[in-house]
Amino acid sequence: MIEVTRKYRFSASHRLHAPQLDEAENRALYGKCNNPFGHGHNYEIAVTVRGPVEPRSGRAVDAELLDGLVRRQVLEPFEHRNLNEEVEAFRAAVPTSENLGREVVRRLKQNWQAVFPADWPRLERVAIAETSRNAFEVSAHEIE
Amino acid sequence: MLITRKAEFSASHTCRSPGLSESENRALFGAAANPHGHGHNYVLEVTLEGTPDPVTGMVLDLKALKETLNREVVEIYDHRFLNREVAPFDHVIPTPENIAIDIWNRLLPHLSGPRGKLHGVRIYETPDLYVEYFGDAG
Repeated sequence: MIEVTRKYRFSASHRLHAPQLDEAENRALYGKCNNPFGHGHNYEIAVTVRGPVEPRSGRAVDAELLDGLVRRQVLEPFEHRNLNEEVEAFRAAVPTSENLGREVVRRLKQNWQAVFPADWPRLERVAIAETSRNAFEVSAHEIE
Repeated sequence: MLITRKAEFSASHTCRSPGLSESENRALFGAAANPHGHGHNYVLEVTLEGTPDPVTGMVLDLKALKETLNREVVEIYDHRFLNREVAPFDHVIPTPENIAIDIWNRLLPHLSGPRGKLHGVRIYETPDLYVEYFGDAG
């Protein structure tokens, strides 16, 4: 088995604010990220796919198909958006990198079969870097 | 404990299957099927697994590892047209997947000692695309 990882980038704004907490608690918990006007990041996501090398092509995944799936399901809906206000999932969940990673996995898994109908390749994990100083990895097996 | 060492080489390749027609190759590999070849600056990351020697405090001698990577991979791959100059790419398509497997096969006999066993090979074809191979068992 081989693992192939592709990196992608998008820029978006968000605000970390939990509606269950009051203003002071949100400010204490999220600090600057709680700024009511929001703020933005250049996100980098790494999508890792696992599968055997197909003898005819010498490849484990058709990178163009993967690019198309990620572009339609993640980059286009997230690029230059306010995640809290313009992405449905973040009306109910705080758009932390943890939740963003889970949402990306969910979107890719839900649409995987349509692009990759065979047994392989399979989505293995997604890593999200909000800045170059942190990274969050979500295994595809964690998400329904 | 895992230890990773990087090496770089630049090489050209073309991704074409001799069993396919020109238009099938173009459809499958796109611009990478150009028969004249094209090139990349490849970055190789080799990861070893082992425990530090109680006397030296090292899993293995990194100078020796660097020499092994140079001798077994970089000197063979660097500034070459892989399809024409590096076996097995006369009959195996030099996709990053197959390059990762070939580098694993080249390194395994030299990195199987009790200290510093080959754990994984990661090859970057570009900064945005890498492939990892952990051997047959992985």
